[in-house]
Amino acid sequence: MSADVAGSLSVVRPELDVSFDVAAVKADFPILSRTVRGGHRLVYLDSGATSQKPRQVLDAERSYYEQHNAAVHRGAHQLAEEATDDYEAARATISAFIGAPADEIVFTKNATEGINLVAYAMSNAATSGAESARFVVGPGDSIVVTEMEHHANLVPWQMLAQRTGATLRWLSLTDDGRLDLDDLDTVVDGSTKLLAFTHQSNVLGTVNPVDVLVARAREVGALVLVDACQSVPHQPVDVAALGADFVVFSGHKMLGPTGIGVLWGRYDLLAAMPPFLTGGSMIEVVRMEGTTFTVPPQRFEAGVPNTAQAIGLGAACDYLSALGGGAGMAAVAAHEHHLTGLALSQLGEIPGVRIIGPATTEARGGAVSFVVDGIHPHDVGQVLDDRGVEVRVGHHCAWPLTRRYGVPATTRASFYLYNDDADVAALVSAVRHAQTFFQVA
Amino acid sequence: MELEALYQEIILDHYRHPHHKGLQAEFDAEVHHVNPTCGDEVTVRVSLGTDGAQTVTEVTHDGQGCSISQASTSVMTDLVTGRPLADALVTQEEFLALMQSRGAAEPDEEILEDAVAFVGVAKYPARIKCALLGWMAFKDAAAQAAAAKEMA
Repeated sequence: MSADVAGSLSVVRPELDVSFDVAAVKADFPILSRTVRGGHRLVYLDSGATSQKPRQVLDAERSYYEQHNAAVHRGAHQLAEEATDDYEAARATISAFIGAPADEIVFTKNATEGINLVAYAMSNAATSGAESARFVVGPGDSIVVTEMEHHANLVPWQMLAQRTGATLRWLSLTDDGRLDLDDLDTVVDGSTKLLAFTHQSNVLGTVNPVDVLVARAREVGALVLVDACQSVPHQPVDVAALGADFVVFSGHKMLGPTGIGVLWGRYDLLAAMPPFLTGGSMIEVVRMEGTTFTVPPQRFEAGVPNTAQAIGLGAACDYLSALGGGAGMAAVAAHEHHLTGLALSQLGEIPGVRIIGPATTEARGGAVSFVVDGIHPHDVGQVLDDRGVEVRVGHHCAWPLTRRYGVPATTRASFYLYNDDADVAALVSAVRHAQTFFQVA
Repeated sequence: MELEALYQEIILDHYRHPHHKGLQAEFDAEVHHVNPTCGDEVTVRVSLGTDGAQTVTEVTHDGQGCSISQASTSVMTDLVTGRPLADALVTQEEFLALMQSRGAAEPDEEILEDAVAFVGVAKYPARIKCALLGWMAFKDAAAQAAAAKEMA
């Protein structure tokens, strides 16, 4: 990439035919025009933690509160009708975004809650009716995860195993940042009741072979839960094509507000699954002696939901779908593929910098973790921050993963649709500056 | 530059050449503290004298962490070793207060000595835990050591 292109804000790659005007996208995000740390341009490279929000999402939330605010699915006045319509329209938009029917989308507060919902529903199955028998786990059963999971897709399964007496197993990793599938058939076996794994690693960027994993789970009759927190925001995801049973993701990582996430589940499974949180609006009939539950998705949405946030997430899906003349997520993926390639090659050229994760863009997303010899990631991040380059440092809520690669922590740059070549250049320059400052180069 | 104010030379010196690193064989108490947000960890061992003032006779540490946590732990060992425990804890309190000041406090150089170099850290809330890691470990270990002495 020439210096000329690196300095321009607009990325045009005619061979892909899904390009979009990055400068125009940037202009939609008010926060990107602010400065940080004494006047530096904000170079936001922490979208893997949370994304920034375009004006269209902020406007949707504001408009809801200013025009339609009411408690949804209760009451019969006009505002209640409008609020319920807006909330359910957001559900329809979000479900279409991932290729699912609207009644298979459960709103949660985030992906963490979605995973806990399934984990607790599985323990509740032990004391529920016969229809939920397939969710029961206990001694002799196994739950399988991978060594690259975010704590959100690890700790709830550790706890489920602890509550039920089931055994937790995991697939290990290769030195180049991939799942080691050599022992897939022994780790996932007839005892396996659930296989839970990330679609795209939040640390390594690795995109996992969902088809291979799902095929093995089907052979042994295990349920499959996919953590799509890092894939739904960054690549086209069609849940029907994935073939999993459950998929979770968070709104705030895909231009939406905090406080809203999604659990997608096959309808027949949701219909047979006991509830997790109970209370108002998830019931069918309540008597002092006991309660029956309503149908999904409401069965899993107790209490007044995060309505404005769901509507904001619907607006975020609309925004993403409209990119690149309707190319939508294909355009986002192509753009990030380009930025990731630039970052991998330019960071990889720096002596003393080691990429933790796949070294090429093949089956890889835009989270680029690295270590700099002689400088702790916290200190790398501090020097970058001093220049307005905002990255994540630490174990990224995937402590077993950083331990696997023999590092206490990493520095992670993660890209999104509003990043450009100049952002990559700022990152690379700041890393070199950190080496100079700490006198390791 | 903000960076130079944060990473004062004294901090970088202690980071590159930490004092009292490597754990002593004999000790009255050992603690292991971690910073769960970043994974930094430190082990601190403390020995107290048998005199009435419970002099801090030896403090050593080991672990991994950023320049701020490593240097701060190193400075801490210099400041508390050879001091009566009560005085060492006054210094610990003073350092804690400095870190929690959000950069508004004027550090007391008479008490803090080399630790005044960390004044810039207080302006970066995310780094305060780094600077406190070794100090909080010392406080914990010293309390356990004192309790062990009383039991004996």
